[in-house]
Amino acid sequence: MSTDYETVIGLEVHAQLLTRSKMFCGCPTAFGGSPNSQTCPVCQGMPGVLPVINRRAIEFAIRTALALHCTINAGCRFARKHYYYPDMPKNYQISQYEEPLAVEGWLEVAVDGAPRRIGIERLHMEEDVGKLIHEGTLETARASLVDFNRSGVPLMEIVSKPDVRSAEEATAYLRALRAILLYLGVCDGNMEEGSFRCDANISLRPRGSKEYGVKVEIKNMNSFKNVQHALEFEARRQAKALAAGERIVQETRLWEADKGYTLSMRSKEYAHDYRYFPEPDLVPLKVEQRWVDQLRTTLPELPVVRQQRFVSQYGLPAYDAELLTQSRALADYYEAAVREYPKPKIVSNWVLSELLRELPGDDEAAITRCPIPPKNLARLLALIDDGTISGKIAKDVFEKMYRSGEDAETIVRREGLVQVADAGALAAVVEQVLAANAPAVEDWKKGKKQSLGFLVGQVMKTTQGKANPAIVNQLLLEQLPKPS
Amino acid sequence: MPTIAELGARYRSGETTPTQVVESYLQRIETLDPQVRAYLTLTRESALARAEATEKRLKAGKPLGPLDGVPLAIKDVICTKGVRTTCSSKILENFVPPYDATVMVRLNAAGAVMLGKTNMDEFAMGSSTENSAFFPTRNPWDLARVPGGSSGGSAAAVAAGLAAGALGSDTGGSIRQPAAFCGTVGVKPTYGRVSRYGLVAFASSLDQIGPFAADVRGAALLLQAIAGHDPLDSTSTDIPVPDYPAALGQGIQGLRVGIPSEYVIEGMDPEVGKAVSAAIEALKGLGAKTEKVSLPTTNYALAAYYLIAPAEASSNLARYDGVKYGYRAAGGKDLIQMYGRTRAEGFGPEVKRRIMLGTYALSAGYYEAYYGKAQRVRTLVRRDFQQAFERVDVLACPTAPNVAFKLGEKEDPLQMYLCDVFTIPVNLAGLPGLSLPCGFTQSGLPIGLQLIGKPFDESTLLSAAYAYEQATPWHARAPALP
Repeated sequence: MSTDYETVIGLEVHAQLLTRSKMFCGCPTAFGGSPNSQTCPVCQGMPGVLPVINRRAIEFAIRTALALHCTINAGCRFARKHYYYPDMPKNYQISQYEEPLAVEGWLEVAVDGAPRRIGIERLHMEEDVGKLIHEGTLETARASLVDFNRSGVPLMEIVSKPDVRSAEEATAYLRALRAILLYLGVCDGNMEEGSFRCDANISLRPRGSKEYGVKVEIKNMNSFKNVQHALEFEARRQAKALAAGERIVQETRLWEADKGYTLSMRSKEYAHDYRYFPEPDLVPLKVEQRWVDQLRTTLPELPVVRQQRFVSQYGLPAYDAELLTQSRALADYYEAAVREYPKPKIVSNWVLSELLRELPGDDEAAITRCPIPPKNLARLLALIDDGTISGKIAKDVFEKMYRSGEDAETIVRREGLVQVADAGALAAVVEQVLAANAPAVEDWKKGKKQSLGFLVGQVMKTTQGKANPAIVNQLLLEQLPKPS
Repeated sequence: MPTIAELGARYRSGETTPTQVVESYLQRIETLDPQVRAYLTLTRESALARAEATEKRLKAGKPLGPLDGVPLAIKDVICTKGVRTTCSSKILENFVPPYDATVMVRLNAAGAVMLGKTNMDEFAMGSSTENSAFFPTRNPWDLARVPGGSSGGSAAAVAAGLAAGALGSDTGGSIRQPAAFCGTVGVKPTYGRVSRYGLVAFASSLDQIGPFAADVRGAALLLQAIAGHDPLDSTSTDIPVPDYPAALGQGIQGLRVGIPSEYVIEGMDPEVGKAVSAAIEALKGLGAKTEKVSLPTTNYALAAYYLIAPAEASSNLARYDGVKYGYRAAGGKDLIQMYGRTRAEGFGPEVKRRIMLGTYALSAGYYEAYYGKAQRVRTLVRRDFQQAFERVDVLACPTAPNVAFKLGEKEDPLQMYLCDVFTIPVNLAGLPGLSLPCGFTQSGLPIGLQLIGKPFDESTLLSAAYAYEQATPWHARAPALP
């Protein structure tokens, strides 16, 4: 009989902060500059330079800590973490170790509708490293170049407790955390570009056991899908190994997304001794309660609260509310449209189906740049209501609005899409359709009700979709002979 | 040689011009430095250009700053834009900083003229300047002897009249001990008084930049120019800088001088003890009151220092890896070999010794026993001083237990480390310390008196030193160079 294992996962997230300047110098943080164009002696690790804390980065981290219900330490300290690598100019990273900015928080996630609190162990600040560019691949490169543009960009590391119990829950946690960062405006959440990175520690234990199993660290998962697949794979791999009586080795494994498995990178015996010690170039950072209180007042309505409000205020299904609130920009878009067109469920349907078909729902920037402003969506929906266009036409109009950026009226007018609602004009078409479709009329007489739908369709076809379907329906019923 | 204050007066009166003075210094360097070897790099052209700029200001009737046209020597551990800064290390032999240290920005703004960069123990690790990767510097009082270290080049330059003043750095005595060995005035300011931005770090929590000058007033003028908060150095303190030269005349009537009983050690040069006792008597004669104080943790300070300083050094020196700047060893077949060879060939033995000591002290499982414990000792050292300063205003003691020794005389690193036994506790406590000449041995070698002050009370140190200097003949003596 095989043992039933429980999966235990802890997650470490590195989030790049959206400050304009770097963590310890004044260089810009913008992505995509030509190599080493955004550097100075400090972020190049020149002899003699000293770091100066970016106050704004600390504020971003404090706001995040507050949103995660953390205890914010009255004092925190930076520490040096040592290891040699050419992308790290000083060969140590300024991070936090024994005295992090914040500890002991939680984040609520819901898998299958049952909310669970995942504990947050700590939240601390550090600086990012540069990037290596290899001539060809790492193995064959004859030379490697270093770009220090990213060196010194502020990072926030958020470490969860080992409270996560499945790959699904892990991605739910990450989505929820990412949504909070997006709401706070502290991180752009881009996993592919690496501004939101995740490592996971995963172990298995017999269900009911209180002790933790040997954990394995998984790296290189740069999308939610990768996280899910990597953790599912790793749980299966460990379960199989345990079932076969093998011991799990404490190690770091890389997720090979193309191949669908994790690969051992280094075992604990080769683990670094980081030789942490307090950063002597920075004085301990005092975080006064007044500062924290002031920052608390700047917190926006957070995703979970907004989701609940969408249910209560707009009467939306929980599913709609959750999707609409996954990013602040999308929720803002939705609310702006509802203000103009106060039928919340209809707006929700259009946003979730039509708009999200064009736009990824969590790409804040794309939503803000959306060619259909909320007001225009509201106007389009109003045109359906007042009978100017049919719902079917409206979907075509929506697509054209998205492509051209024009408003609905302009497109409807230019393309002559105004719905024919004049009973007199339609009566003639109806007569014509009845005459041309005698077999369908016969079927109707014999009691075949589907004939009506067919005939409505024929009228719509003749009018190129412009006929008002309700009026067509009514006219047909008036003109058709009674079924025998 | 004129003092810094005298130079300014002579410029204003028209007795001489900055160009004449800078040229005469450059001439003197050309003649004498081949023997003393204080300088690693001379900045002849920029020095003359800056002297001319002062001259223009003078001719235009613009007011001169207190350091306008004053020729200075800068320890080669302080970054100077466009001028190579080597730290006397092969690994930085060709490093040219793209920026100026804050002290250089301030000196330049004050009109000072840099003559060149001075020799030192590699990365400021040493007490004799013999650890320079390039050549040792000689003591102007006896060319067979060391000038002390690590700021030996700066001290020797001032003593030999190869600069009117100089900057050095002091992590465990590196300004005060060479000042004592060379018979000049040297000040290690309170930690946080002078910006460290642009000072190539040895031990960040201990390093301070400070001045050398032939007299106390010169040191006060230099300190005035470089002191003060710097937003680029988070450990620099934002408290007002007093007017140091103005404080000089305040006298020492009633000044309470503490004599730490622990600052007499076995093997100390008796002539040093005698001279320092005489100096304390002289202070009494000038109106100071003396009393014995105890600093019981002193005995552990040296051990704590040789854990903390190497630990920080092992971290600070990690950046010299051949990747970005400085020396890169050829022929490495991969990254690890390139790192290994670069550092093996680029660093000298003392630097390697301290990197290894420090790396060990910080490693997992040993951190608490070494670095952690050393930090607790440091707290006790600081507390000793705090308690003493509840009763006295300054402490007086020898700067070093010995006088300048012969080149090659101290081969055992531990013997060398003992040179700083009286200066190291001051760095651990972050206090200001000053060394000034208080006599000579029979063979004519200078002896230094160290005054230690309360945090940010450099004024009292300077005024006490000034009172002593004015009452004694030592500062007027100059080495007889051929």
